[in-house]
Amino acid sequence: MSERTFVCRCEDVTVSELEHAFAAGLTTIEEVKRYTGFGTGPCQGKECMAALARELVRRGLATPAALRPFTARPPAEPVSFGALAAAPDPYVDPLPSRLHADPLGDADPLADAQEPPST
Amino acid sequence: MSTASLGSRDAKLPDELDLLIIGGGVMGLSIAYNLARNHPGALGRVAVVERSYLVSGASGRNGGGLRMQWGDAGNVALMRESIELCRHLAQELGINLWFRQGGYLFLARTESGERRLHRNVAVHEQVGVPTRLLAAREALELVPQLDVSEVRVAAYNPEDGVVFPWPFVWGYAARAIAHGVAIRTHTSVDALEPDADGGYRVTLSTGERLRAARVINATGAWSVGINRGLGIELPNHPHRHEILSSEPLKPFLDPLVVDLETGLYFSQSTRGEIVTGITLPDPPGLVASHEVELGSTLRFLSNVSRALIRVMPIARHLKPLRQWSGPYDISPDGDAMVGPSPDHPQLIQVCGFTGHGFMMAPAVGRMVARWLATGESHPMLERWDPCRFRDGRQLRREDMIIG
Repeated sequence: MSERTFVCRCEDVTVSELEHAFAAGLTTIEEVKRYTGFGTGPCQGKECMAALARELVRRGLATPAALRPFTARPPAEPVSFGALAAAPDPYVDPLPSRLHADPLGDADPLADAQEPPST
Repeated sequence: MSTASLGSRDAKLPDELDLLIIGGGVMGLSIAYNLARNHPGALGRVAVVERSYLVSGASGRNGGGLRMQWGDAGNVALMRESIELCRHLAQELGINLWFRQGGYLFLARTESGERRLHRNVAVHEQVGVPTRLLAAREALELVPQLDVSEVRVAAYNPEDGVVFPWPFVWGYAARAIAHGVAIRTHTSVDALEPDADGGYRVTLSTGERLRAARVINATGAWSVGINRGLGIELPNHPHRHEILSSEPLKPFLDPLVVDLETGLYFSQSTRGEIVTGITLPDPPGLVASHEVELGSTLRFLSNVSRALIRVMPIARHLKPLRQWSGPYDISPDGDAMVGPSPDHPQLIQVCGFTGHGFMMAPAVGRMVARWLATGESHPMLERWDPCRFRDGRQLRREDMIIG
């Protein structure tokens, strides 16, 4: 890998930026994420986390047993705000949720959920 | 760059400290940086001890908004200073803070909201901050994607802005270390015992024992635990606040928009994501806890989605990318607690910022460092006196607590 190689394609984090993090003494996946922003884009770390883990182990900065992934953030699948708006709040929103989700009444709030995943 | 230039679990700590700062968040690090830079030598040995990694708490979890639009002249002036500092801070710290002054746009949809904005703008005018009232159609010109059919009036200050919070913390830490501050991470303070001379004996989770002449509690929502260990009762408590960021979009949204009635806020980060959260009261019957709780809920997603779509209908087709939460450190009057603790003059509180500590940290760090080094007070320090609750002083109540 050259220093210009992208480790995280979502957030444009390069090997060179990982080098900066390691040089500053950051050797956990969580810290490197918060220093470089890697893993916070659409792939949510699915592409880049293993690459970082391998680099930490290869350089002797971490042992495989000590490595921990960063916290997985919901939602697991991308769902539109329009669809999410249809979920009722059990505490403050006892009315049928559609009335709130769709005040204009011009679309089915759940329609987006059935769309194929965008690319 | 030398090893551990951002603090580490191996950083060496002196046995005797003039000042121990507990909490490696933006507040503690801003104080450490300002002390070391502006008042070199004034306090001798200064160290920061952080229980986890440096951006693990609220400093790494907030929305990064900075606004002068407060309901009270003291807060307005304080935030004008913080934003002014941010203009030069990236150069000063040598790190990109993603600072962008797109303004804050407050929307009022009710008569009481309208009155609040009118009152605020009058206060801002007195302080000399360029907030102005906008008619609904003028708000629409600023953000054409809004549905302003319910908007009665809006308030806009073009100098408010947003930042990306993480680099602030790294920037302050790196510069504080370069100026001689020790920063120890992944280490908690297990015990603080008052010494006869007014200082504290400190026991760390590593088993190390130190002495500190003065201690700052800058642990935000975690401060209650440290205070209770010393018998200090302050009325702040943690509150879990949720937030999310969306899939990134091309830049289209200049201001951070606030819907006054729901406490919804949303902005577009320099990375393109819509960052949004909302005031979400705790479920009825929930017993207030003094423990910090994190975690994400569908209840938040559905509430923020409904409020967002109502104000900006095209958002219905947008997808949230990631949601998380962070702890607010709630003070009952909305004002922070900064200064000597009741019956513990050498234990300095810097907490209770009620969800607005990040935006205030640049100015507060400078102010607290100056007070520590020279004794120079400030009207805000008098207002933020942690003893005000015990003494039963007349409390004010900030009107512009958002989120």
